[in-house]
Amino acid sequence: MGGRNPVTWLGSPVFPKAAREALTDTQLRRNLRKATTTIRTKRAGVVAELDDWERLRVAGEAVKDDVLANLDTYLVRLEEAVTARGGVVHWARDAEEANRIVLDLVRAEGTDEVVKVKSMATAEIGLNEALEAGGVKAVETDLAELIVQLGDDRPSHILVPAIHRNRAEIRDIFRKKMAEEPASDEPPDLAEAARKHLRRKFLSAKVAISGANFAVADTGSIVVVESEGNGRMCLTLPETLITVMGIEKLVPSWQDLEVFLQLLPRSSTAERMNPYTSVWSGVTPGDGPRKFHLVLLDNGRTATLADEVGRQALRCIRCSACLNVCPVYERTGGQAYGSVYPGPIGAILAPQLVDDPHDEQAASLPYASSLCGACYEVCPVRINIPEVLTHLRAEAVQAKGKRTPEAIAMAAAAWVFGDAKRYEAAQKAGSLSRLLARDGRIKRLPGPGAKWTDSRDAPAVPKESFRAWWRKNRVQRP
Amino acid sequence: MFSARDEILARIRAIDRPSAAPIPRDYERTRTVADPLDLLDERVADYKAIVHRVTEAEVPDSIGECLARRSVSTVAVPADVPPRWRVPSVTWVPDDPPLPLGELDTVDGVLTGCAVAIAETGTIVLDAGVAQGRRILSLVPDYHLCVVRADQVSVSVPEALARLEPGRPLTFISGPSATSDIELDRVEGVHGPRTLEVLIVG
Repeated sequence: MGGRNPVTWLGSPVFPKAAREALTDTQLRRNLRKATTTIRTKRAGVVAELDDWERLRVAGEAVKDDVLANLDTYLVRLEEAVTARGGVVHWARDAEEANRIVLDLVRAEGTDEVVKVKSMATAEIGLNEALEAGGVKAVETDLAELIVQLGDDRPSHILVPAIHRNRAEIRDIFRKKMAEEPASDEPPDLAEAARKHLRRKFLSAKVAISGANFAVADTGSIVVVESEGNGRMCLTLPETLITVMGIEKLVPSWQDLEVFLQLLPRSSTAERMNPYTSVWSGVTPGDGPRKFHLVLLDNGRTATLADEVGRQALRCIRCSACLNVCPVYERTGGQAYGSVYPGPIGAILAPQLVDDPHDEQAASLPYASSLCGACYEVCPVRINIPEVLTHLRAEAVQAKGKRTPEAIAMAAAAWVFGDAKRYEAAQKAGSLSRLLARDGRIKRLPGPGAKWTDSRDAPAVPKESFRAWWRKNRVQRP
Repeated sequence: MFSARDEILARIRAIDRPSAAPIPRDYERTRTVADPLDLLDERVADYKAIVHRVTEAEVPDSIGECLARRSVSTVAVPADVPPRWRVPSVTWVPDDPPLPLGELDTVDGVLTGCAVAIAETGTIVLDAGVAQGRRILSLVPDYHLCVVRADQVSVSVPEALARLEPGRPLTFISGPSATSDIELDRVEGVHGPRTLEVLIVG
C-alpha cells in the first residue's frame, strides 16, 4: 500500500508547460469559450431567482464545516445506519486499497463487466484501469464519460468531462466506436445513439458502480444527482450496487439536504433542479439491488483535513461552477491541469490529495490562477480558493528550500528593502533599465530578469524615483 | 495491524479540529406564492414536459386522451393505482407479480401517481408508495404519465423534503431525461423516459 496517488496523471507536464501547449489549440479554445459562456449566463439567471442565495451559501458552508469538525462521529453514524438497512460498509485508506476492495466484490459476483455512473471518486482512484488490469471491463454510461472512454481520451471538466469536444468531434468518435452510426451531429441524434448503444448493457448488467453526491449520516441515505437516467439505470437494475464515496461527502441530517439540493443543481448544470435525483438507504426488498456495498475512501482526505487553511477544500460538492468562471480554465481547458480535478478547485484539491511536496507537477497547480477571486464568489459552499492557492504557493516555495533562484532573489530583495540607502541605490541602478525600453515597455530583460519578460512586457522604470523627486521639489519648502 | 477503519478514524481524531458553529438556518424554508399549482405548471413545462390542469372528475378521460394522443397501447402500471385510472382504451400491464425486465422494456409507457411535488423547481418525487410502484417502473418505458394531486404540492425544496421519508427509495424527477454533455446545452431524451406528461389535479 501507499503507492503514488493516481489523482494526478503520471507523466503530466507542469502546468505552465501544459498550458502553453493547450493554448495553441484554437479548436479547444473555441469549444471551451462557447460552453463556459453558455453555462455562466444560465447559472447567473437561476441563482438570481433565489433571494436567499447568500444565506443558503452560508448555511452550506456551516453544514460542511460541521461535518469536517465531527467527521469521525458522522462516519461511524453513517456506517451504523447503512449496516442497519442491509448495506455493507468498507473502508479504504488509499486508491490501491479501494480498487482492490471493488475488484474483489465484482469478482465475487462472477461477472467480468460492470456498468458505471459518472463518479469523481472512482476517476480519482483510477478504478477503471485497476478493474481492467483485473480482467473486468467497466462501461461508462454517462454521455460525456462515454465520449471520453470511446475516444480513448482524458476528462477535462468535473461535470462535463467531454467539454473540450464539440458535436462534430463527438459524432466522429461515435462513428468509429458504435455499431450503429448517429444520424447526424445534432445533440438529440448523438444522445439517441448513446441510448441505443447502452440499452442492452443496462438490461443485462449484474453489477453497477457509482459515486455519491451526499450521504446522510443519520439515516444512511445515499444521494446521486444526475440528468440522463443512466444513474437511475445503474442504481436500480443490477443485483449488486457498489458505491465509492469520499469520506467528506457526508451531511449530518436529512434536513441538511434542503440546502444542498438547492445549491448544487443551480451551481452545476444551472437548472432549478437536475432531471433525476435518486436517494436510497441500504437495500429495499423487491425494489432495486439486493446487495449494496459502500466503500468509504480516504486517499489523502485526512491529510487535507490536517491543514488548517487547506481543509476548506473538503467542503467541495463538485459542482464545477468555479471552472466555468475561471479565466485560466476557459483558456487552457481541463487537461492542462493533469488531474481528474481541474480548474480552481483542482488547483487546491489535487496537490493536497497528492500530499507530496516534491511532486513538481502537483506543486505547479496552485500557480494556475490569476487570483482574480471569481471562483470564490460563485462557490456554493464559499471555499476561499484564492486564500488556499496562496497558502499552497507558500508551501511549495518552502519545500523548494533556500537555494532556488527565486529564494535567493527574494533574500536579496529583503536585504535591499531593509535599508533606505540600499533601497535608493537600487532604484537608481534600476532606472538604467529604461535604456532597454521602447515606447515605455521592456520586451526582454537581461540575465535572470528574462524569465519575467518571457511571458509579459515589463514597464520601463522612470528616470527619477518618487523619493528623489520629492526631495528636490518639496522637502525644502517651509 | 490496524484495520483501514481504525486507521482512518485514528487519523481524523489526531487532527486538531475547531468545534463547529451552529448552522445558520435563516434561509427561506417556506415560500408563499399566489398559486402553487400555477407555479408547478409553469416550472414543469419549462423542462419541456407536457402539463395539463384537470379536475378530479376529469382524470380518467384525460388519461385516455393523453395515451390516445401518443398512440400508446400497452401501459405498465403499479397494481395499486385507483381502478378508475385504468381506462378501457389501452392494454394495462400491472406490475403484480413484478414484471420481468424484458417485458417492461417492451411496453409503450407507464402511468403512476407521486408522493410529493415541488412547485418552485418543477419536480415530482416518487417514493415507491401508493400508485408509484418500484423505481424501475417509471424508468424503463419511454413515456411516463404522472398524476399529481393538489394536496401533494409543496412550494419550496425544504417543505417537500420535510414531507418525505428518507428510509424509502426516492426518485426526484424534473422533466424528461436530459443531458447537458454536448457543448453544455440541454437536450431532452437520453436513457430515462423521453416524454414526461403530467396531470395536475385540482
